[in-house]
Amino acid sequence: MTVQEVGRARRRKEDAKLLTGRTQWTDNLSRPGVLHVMFLRSPMAHARISRIDVSGARDLPGVVAAFSGQDFAGEQGSLPCAWPVTEDIVIPEHPPMAVSEVRYVGEAVACVVATDRYRAADALEAIEVDYEPLPAVVDMRQALADDGPKVHEAGNKAFSMKLTSGDVEAAFRDAPVVIDRTYVQQRLIPSAMEPRAVLVDTDGEAFTIWSATQIPHVLRVMLAVVTGIPEHKLRVIAPDVGGGFGSKLQVTAEEVLLLLLARRLGKPVKWLETRSEGNLTVHHGRDQIQHVRLAADADGRIRALRVDLLADMGAYLMLLTPGVPTLGAQMCNAIYKMDAYEFACTGVFTTKMPTDAYRGAGRPEATFVIERVMDELAAEIGVDPVEVRRRNWIRHDEFPFTTISGLTYDSGNYEAATERALSLFGYDKLRAEQNDRRDRGDPVQLGIGVSTYTEMCGLAPSRLLGAANFGAGGWEHASVRMLATGKVEVATGTTPHGQGHVTAWSQIVADALGVPFEDVAVLHGDTAIVPKGMDTYGSRSLAVGGVAVVRACEKVRDKARRLAAHLMECSPDDLEFEAGTFTVRGTESRRTIQELANAAFTAHDLPDGVEARLDSDATFDPENFSFPHGTHLCAVEVDTETGMVRIRSYVAVDDIGKVINPLIVDGQLHGGIAQGIAQALFEEAVYDADGNLLTTTMADYLLPSAADLPDFALDRTESPATSNPLGVKGVGEAGTIASTPAVVNAVVDALRPRGVRDIQMPCTPERVWRALAAQEREGGQG
Amino acid sequence: MIPAQFDYVRPGSVAEACRELASDEDAKALAGGQSLLPFLRLRLAYPSKLVDIGRLAELKGVHERGDHVHIGALATHDEVMRSPVVNAGCPLVALAVAQVADPAIRHRGTFGGSLAHADPAGDLPAVALALDAVFVAASEQGEREIPAAAFFVDYLESSLRQGEILAGVRIPKLGAGWGFHYEKFHRTAQAWAIVGVAAAVRRSNGSIAEARIGLTNMGPTPVRAHAAEAALRGAELGDQVRRACAEAAAGTAPPADLHAQPDYRRHLAEVLTGRAVRAAAGAG
Repeated sequence: MTVQEVGRARRRKEDAKLLTGRTQWTDNLSRPGVLHVMFLRSPMAHARISRIDVSGARDLPGVVAAFSGQDFAGEQGSLPCAWPVTEDIVIPEHPPMAVSEVRYVGEAVACVVATDRYRAADALEAIEVDYEPLPAVVDMRQALADDGPKVHEAGNKAFSMKLTSGDVEAAFRDAPVVIDRTYVQQRLIPSAMEPRAVLVDTDGEAFTIWSATQIPHVLRVMLAVVTGIPEHKLRVIAPDVGGGFGSKLQVTAEEVLLLLLARRLGKPVKWLETRSEGNLTVHHGRDQIQHVRLAADADGRIRALRVDLLADMGAYLMLLTPGVPTLGAQMCNAIYKMDAYEFACTGVFTTKMPTDAYRGAGRPEATFVIERVMDELAAEIGVDPVEVRRRNWIRHDEFPFTTISGLTYDSGNYEAATERALSLFGYDKLRAEQNDRRDRGDPVQLGIGVSTYTEMCGLAPSRLLGAANFGAGGWEHASVRMLATGKVEVATGTTPHGQGHVTAWSQIVADALGVPFEDVAVLHGDTAIVPKGMDTYGSRSLAVGGVAVVRACEKVRDKARRLAAHLMECSPDDLEFEAGTFTVRGTESRRTIQELANAAFTAHDLPDGVEARLDSDATFDPENFSFPHGTHLCAVEVDTETGMVRIRSYVAVDDIGKVINPLIVDGQLHGGIAQGIAQALFEEAVYDADGNLLTTTMADYLLPSAADLPDFALDRTESPATSNPLGVKGVGEAGTIASTPAVVNAVVDALRPRGVRDIQMPCTPERVWRALAAQEREGGQG
Repeated sequence: MIPAQFDYVRPGSVAEACRELASDEDAKALAGGQSLLPFLRLRLAYPSKLVDIGRLAELKGVHERGDHVHIGALATHDEVMRSPVVNAGCPLVALAVAQVADPAIRHRGTFGGSLAHADPAGDLPAVALALDAVFVAASEQGEREIPAAAFFVDYLESSLRQGEILAGVRIPKLGAGWGFHYEKFHRTAQAWAIVGVAAAVRRSNGSIAEARIGLTNMGPTPVRAHAAEAALRGAELGDQVRRACAEAAAGTAPPADLHAQPDYRRHLAEVLTGRAVRAAAGAG
């Protein structure tokens, strides 16, 4: 009997290579005669290009070519937006290289192709551009004013959408408790360890594109659509990719332009982003103003919730830009029952880098708004914040439960996760210490924050994506092939860029086929090797792609059973399959799956209707989203003299259904929680009034490191998903979604006795100090 | 990013290095490179020539010199942090240098380089100022001594002249009865100080006999908190010290940046000076 692999804390197969630097990042790759590309980027947020002259660059040594947007105007097309969320949406033309007008600082206006990067960088300084400045549009509210400057001729409103369920007006009328708050989701810059990079080679007819992307399959389709190069002439490879967090879920200007440059020059071309260039031009995340109103009974039971978002699109709509905030429509009601609900969202153009998916994509924003306002409700009625949640959440015996926004949550147990978290956290003891510090007037106050989140992931049922006007399906594909020698190759349509699919898929296959973990190889990220796939984002890989692997294994096993029955001259029904061996029930007669793989390879004696090779493939399309949930608790110490916030302890109890590899799950949670804490306390992309990005380096855009974070105490409860045969839900974004409100709730909780009821993120020491100073001036307590 | 083109020379002696620098006003000395290389890569500096002094033995090492400690300009932060001579003779330097950046930078970055860079947000300038360090500048004409108070001229500008190299720094020993603390306030472990306070305090009979306080990032240069120093003379621990430290920001002109506005920096200087003085005085 072999040990079951699923559920084991296997060390990742990927890590030895990653840790010893034997990786194939795009920048490690080259082609003979490769030329290096660098882009000249707009220093103006908004301007007309009145003149551009690249001839000075062309004359410099080592420079092979220099182009402006005008040189590609006829062929560069428009970068795609795959999610036109509403009928009224305005999708402006988005040339990869600006032709006549720039709309954000960092937009490419020209490029140089040279024999090395140094010469290319020098040559950029020889390009002359005359800009006629146009007014920057930086503030969303001002952008929507009637007579203000416009980003695009059609105006600054990209779209507006509204979802209403129940009688919201009635629910608010005469409600004993009404909470009305406005929160700001600051703009964030995804900061993957590996910057973006693109290499394109051509044989004069077909093209191979290596890119640090999460979506080689989607990219291939989109490059064909944008450039008109036939899809079958394009091969896209995502080699080792060092993180993405959504920032590499994009069809970028640089990918399109490198492809066009390779076609124009007939030579291989390569571009590697610098970090500052990345801060300017990797699509940004979040950036919403959230107006939330909640009506409740005196005991804290929610009557209705009303959320009205302004979402900053930036200057253009990129791949999923408008879809991200609208995911909040189904998520702001979260785990709570209510009589009525309204969600409205307006997408706004500004002269800033476009926003798009960033870890959680719409769900962290939604979770923040509801979990922050639940704390305000608790404070308003004088009830413990955990208790007010308990009074409103869906009870475990009410699943499956169709929410006010129309989703059906298949499973969950909020009571169990919360009880476990409270106990691990030592909630009562910390509350006692908090009271003690308050009584003593300790300059260091203690705050406790809770977040009982859920999210929708496992993107996604194709029919629901169609209903949401999304431009693609949500299925995933896997191919499982046993080789002649009994080893196994899995080709997965998911595209891991740090997630550990090679390890997790190996565990799944090892159990499904009864083969050793070590005997499984997983191939991914190359459209020639894995022709079908929808790639990796939205915590979908396991819940959709992992299930496709299971289905493909089942087909392989069925084929093996038919072959075994044929070879052992019995009925398939007489065979038992265990630990990789088919045994004729009640006899010593058996065949291992490796023997059968070899028999299928030689094909000397196959039954009728069974084709050579023991392999199969499968495509899985989920019937529903999956809904991880959990309870996160955070204790912070706030130094009221300096405003400094330090996290003292952090507990996360997550219910992500069945677990394939607990080590990978813990890693996802550690990184996810860190990223959510980063939004709460550290990160903020800052534009000045002229639309200049001020946070172009890591000295100004603060990323926390391990030294700035506490130990995380993790535990799990398990309510298997019923929407897929693995019972899994997904864990890639849970930590980020849950942690931000837990931390901010804790900061506000520490300061609430002094009259503070919100600190805008990130809760910097200066903001905390100013909030306290403002309360003191207003004669608040303390 | 990618630096613009420059020439590179690696002279074999300090004299030769000084000659290289004297003959070209756009030449820059390269030591550990932890400040200069980012400037080059961001194209904030376009030196014609880098004069690599990183291997000059004359500039290396930490030396016990009786009434002072001589720290060679090329001693790395890590070397200084671990030096028994520094820990015994000028512990404030050891305390502060341990808080410079992160271990990787401390292994490459040099003590002299970070002082010659004259960044008021750096941790060491305020320490050198508080301790009345003496800077030794080498040139073709020989050596010249510059008191700390005259070394820092403006933002990223020292009183080193063209053709001069910072050879080392003499840190006077303060003797018995002194306590030390460096209080660094920053948002992440690797970030520069929003404000830092270097404090050396001599106690006598339960009150403060003498205090020297250097402030990090409270102006275009590191500054001494003279008003607080004066007010602390004779102050008893407790309310008197608190009142004295409330004068820490007097006369300063702190910068405004993404991390803090001037009024917040002044407030921090007062709070942190109180903490630094109490810690240096052994009062926690």
